[in-house]
Amino acid sequence: MPAPLLSRRDLEFYLYEMFDVEALATRQRYEDHNRESFNAALDIAEKIAEDYFVPIRKTVDLNQPDWDGEKVVMIPEIKIAYDAVAEAGLICPDQSYEMGGMQLPLVVTSCAMGYITAAASTTNGFHALTAANANLLETHASEEQIETWVPRLRTGEFAGTMALSEPQAGSSLADMRTKAVAQDDGTYRIFGNKIWISGGDHELSSNIVHAVLARIEGAPPGVKGISMFICPKFLLNEDGSVGARNDVQLAGLFHKMGGRGQTSTALNFGEGEGAVAYLVGEPHQGLRYMFHMMNEARVMVGTSGATLAMAGYQYSLDYAKERPQGRKASSKDPLADPVMLIEHADVRRMLLAQKAYAEGAWSLCLFASQLVDDWKTHPDEVGRTGAFELLDFLTPIVKTWPSEYGPKANDFAIQVLGGAGYTNEHPVELMYRDNRLNPIHEGTTGIQSLDLLGRKVPQNGLAGYQACLSAIESTLEAAEGVADCAPMLIALQNALGHLKSTTEVLLGSMLERDIDLVMANSAKYLELFGHVVVGWMWLRQGLIAAQALTAECHSDDTAFYRGKLQSMLYFARWELPQTKVWADLLSDLDDTTYTMEAAWF
Amino acid sequence: MKALVAVKRVVDYNVKVRAKADGSDVELNNVKMAINPFCEIAVEEAVRLKEAGTVSEVVVVSVGEKSSQEQIRTALALGADRGIHVEVEGRPEPLEIAKLLKGVVDKEQPQLVILGKQSIDGDNNQTGQMLGALANMGQGTFASEIKVDGDSLQVIREVDGGLQTLKLTLPAIVTTDLRLNEPRYASLPNIMKAKKKPLEVTNPAELGVEVKSHVTQLGVAPPPERAAGIKVEDVAQLVDKLKNEAKVIS
Ligand SMILES: Cc1cc2nc3c(=O)[nH]c(=O)nc-3n(C[C@H](O)[C@H](O)[C@H](O)COP(=O)(O)OP(=O)(O)OC[C@H]3O[C@@H](n4cnc5c(N)ncnc54)[C@H](O)[C@@H]3O)c2cc1C
Ligand SMILES: Cc1cc2nc3c(=O)[nH]c(=O)nc-3n(C[C@H](O)[C@H](O)[C@H](O)COP(=O)(O)OP(=O)(O)OC[C@H]3O[C@@H](n4cnc5c(N)ncnc54)[C@H](O)[C@@H]3O)c2cc1C
Repeated sequence: MPAPLLSRRDLEFYLYEMFDVEALATRQRYEDHNRESFNAALDIAEKIAEDYFVPIRKTVDLNQPDWDGEKVVMIPEIKIAYDAVAEAGLICPDQSYEMGGMQLPLVVTSCAMGYITAAASTTNGFHALTAANANLLETHASEEQIETWVPRLRTGEFAGTMALSEPQAGSSLADMRTKAVAQDDGTYRIFGNKIWISGGDHELSSNIVHAVLARIEGAPPGVKGISMFICPKFLLNEDGSVGARNDVQLAGLFHKMGGRGQTSTALNFGEGEGAVAYLVGEPHQGLRYMFHMMNEARVMVGTSGATLAMAGYQYSLDYAKERPQGRKASSKDPLADPVMLIEHADVRRMLLAQKAYAEGAWSLCLFASQLVDDWKTHPDEVGRTGAFELLDFLTPIVKTWPSEYGPKANDFAIQVLGGAGYTNEHPVELMYRDNRLNPIHEGTTGIQSLDLLGRKVPQNGLAGYQACLSAIESTLEAAEGVADCAPMLIALQNALGHLKSTTEVLLGSMLERDIDLVMANSAKYLELFGHVVVGWMWLRQGLIAAQALTAECHSDDTAFYRGKLQSMLYFARWELPQTKVWADLLSDLDDTTYTMEAAWF
Repeated sequence: MKALVAVKRVVDYNVKVRAKADGSDVELNNVKMAINPFCEIAVEEAVRLKEAGTVSEVVVVSVGEKSSQEQIRTALALGADRGIHVEVEGRPEPLEIAKLLKGVVDKEQPQLVILGKQSIDGDNNQTGQMLGALANMGQGTFASEIKVDGDSLQVIREVDGGLQTLKLTLPAIVTTDLRLNEPRYASLPNIMKAKKKPLEVTNPAELGVEVKSHVTQLGVAPPPERAAGIKVEDVAQLVDKLKNEAKVIS
């Protein structure tokens, strides 16, 4: 029997034990739901993943999209899978019934979509982007625009993109140059070059709706002059049917180390008369609108990093249980049967590291999904604003820690398989390659860390920072006296102490020292913060496991909870102590990297 | 024309079934349950007949514990119109199920009853045939194709030697084989709609059926582990071993 894509027992742990999604049924939006409908959603997603995506995973990787000079050519299996996802209602399970959704809580949606991501992290990217595009329009576009575009995006008839990046403006969106020229009829014409646009061209849908950022002629410089536009590949006729080609041309496709189920395009807008486009919302507010969506998109990126880590862990775990190799150091008989890989402590080290990274990251991402949900559907105002504040604060960490540690977990998965892991007979090297994108897109790790230290921590008089710390501290209090959690309690208290003192030093230095030096090691600061937050998630899991073990358990459940406690212990013993070293570097305002000169390399 | 479809709750076919540690039964703790795959084919066939306009109503019935209602709702999400749950404790055996289904048939008077040819838990392959006898209906088992033609039904059956075509007078019983169709996937919106479809709960007493078990399960054990193979020197040794050790050739 092949390895499961994800562990269902583990998913149920998060859903029903850690995040208690059944309690959401008291909210009007979710009143039709219960455990049965949640599980049904997981079942369908798992089936679609197993039946449509797993079988084509390798073929997709070996046959990246190509441009024949006129259109994008992809293997036909992708369209079949694309349609299957749409028909199953898996483009937007969280959306309202009227939009073809299931009004599924976001934490459950994340778990269900986890199956698809585990099998096809990038092939399903077309739908994921379409959903994000539709969410963006639904929040900021006019009623007429919503009516025109959103329902057709929700069904997958149209696909959507996010067109921000330009050759000279990747991390620095402020340097964006694409121009929008107002027309007498209220529409605009767009001129400019965008690159990296995922799903920027393909033949999977009858139309592609680009959400384009551009500057209206005469707009102020920098981020304050950027507006958002709807710019379709094909214009619509009066009756809504798909009409003439708009002036948006595919200039080329990128060929990538992974992510080969998805097209990455260079697009030219306005090679001729200009691409017809419609302003979304107010002029010059485009980046604000986009960032509104980006909080969710960043949670999605982190989730993708964590999901691939979970998938690689499951795969390598299964392999380690099945492959006989070598004997233990204590075995003296050369003719004794070889043991399974999992019998070797060093292999268990690599499995445990994966479990600690993957499940730690995953629970953090689900926690963020819960915050998104609370921000939108919590019955009281305080609940909503509190959730938003914590989410907004945590976003750079939720985006970054899983996308940095996810590929590390995949690296261990490859190592557990040995030579086999280095070949494409097994999917772990593919998972690594796919996962490697996550620290790059939606704001690189470096950019996220500047956002955390330079903006998120100090903003609103440290409000988000304090909210986060007090949430961690209340879990620490709850853990007092729980014997199984004692080592983690101490490790996390220490790490939290390092974080606090480091933060104080850095914030204090911002006023007194060279700001470039203070910000120089921001990525390490994010890693330190990330370790504390993931340690916190492990303590939360450990508390649930410890509690569950006080009652009579089935032997399978006992093993499951013991596994949680052991992984928590691993994080406490092997990971959290590193925060001390990092805190020392940061608090010293270590300038080793800062003072290194280009000429010295 | 009304179609009645029977569905059974079983361990999902993807699950590697294990015996309980004490050998008393199959391990069901935290095990994923699903509609028996052959029953899913039965639901699909009935829904297709409805989509083709041949059948006007698809009623789905399950005999089992309360949790069987989940499988009824899955069938409703796949397109059945309403459900009937015959609530019984424990695990009824084929004859009991057939008797209870007979009670439902009497009440519902379907023209067509579709069942799976067997369920993957007991692998008995009996319920459809027993129901045929009890209800005094013609039966087309192991169906790989069915066609309603006025008041008769043509059934193509998979038999050892190939395919056999039968003509049955309606009302009739059909049990499905794997190749009858490929069931669709329920969609997420349809799962929510299924919650609003009627689901009637009844019990043996209401159906006037007395359930009595005739079989006692003594124990459950996994099949013996396959022993490691050996390498033989040459063909002669292989033949020798097959002849004298394995005794599979003479
Ligand atoms: C597969 C793929 C899909 C993508 N999809 C889309 C899409 O759909 N839509 C879209 O608009 N874009 C998309 N992108 C673009 C993506 O968002 C950018 O690649 C990303 O923002 C980084 O920009 P860049 O590639 O220009 O790198 P650069 O900005 O050149 O960065 C290179 C390195 O320098 C560092 N760096 C840059 N500036 C700073 C700074 N100020 N301080 C410290 N370090 C810095 C970065 O952290 C990074 O390590 C995609 C990219 C890829 C690879
Ligand atoms: C691209 C490539 C080129 C190669 N070229 C050659 C070549 O030219 N000639 C040649 O002879 N071989 C070659 N090899 C084979 C290579 O040396 C083996 O892949 C390597 O020795 C590991 O063995 P394995 O793949 O069987 O992994 P395994 O032995 O199955 O190891 C899997 C995992 O288990 C761990 N493990 C195994 N045993 C123990 C133990 N006792 N204690 C603790 N941990 C253990 C390993 O560290 C590893 O993490 C090549 C392999 C690759 C991928």
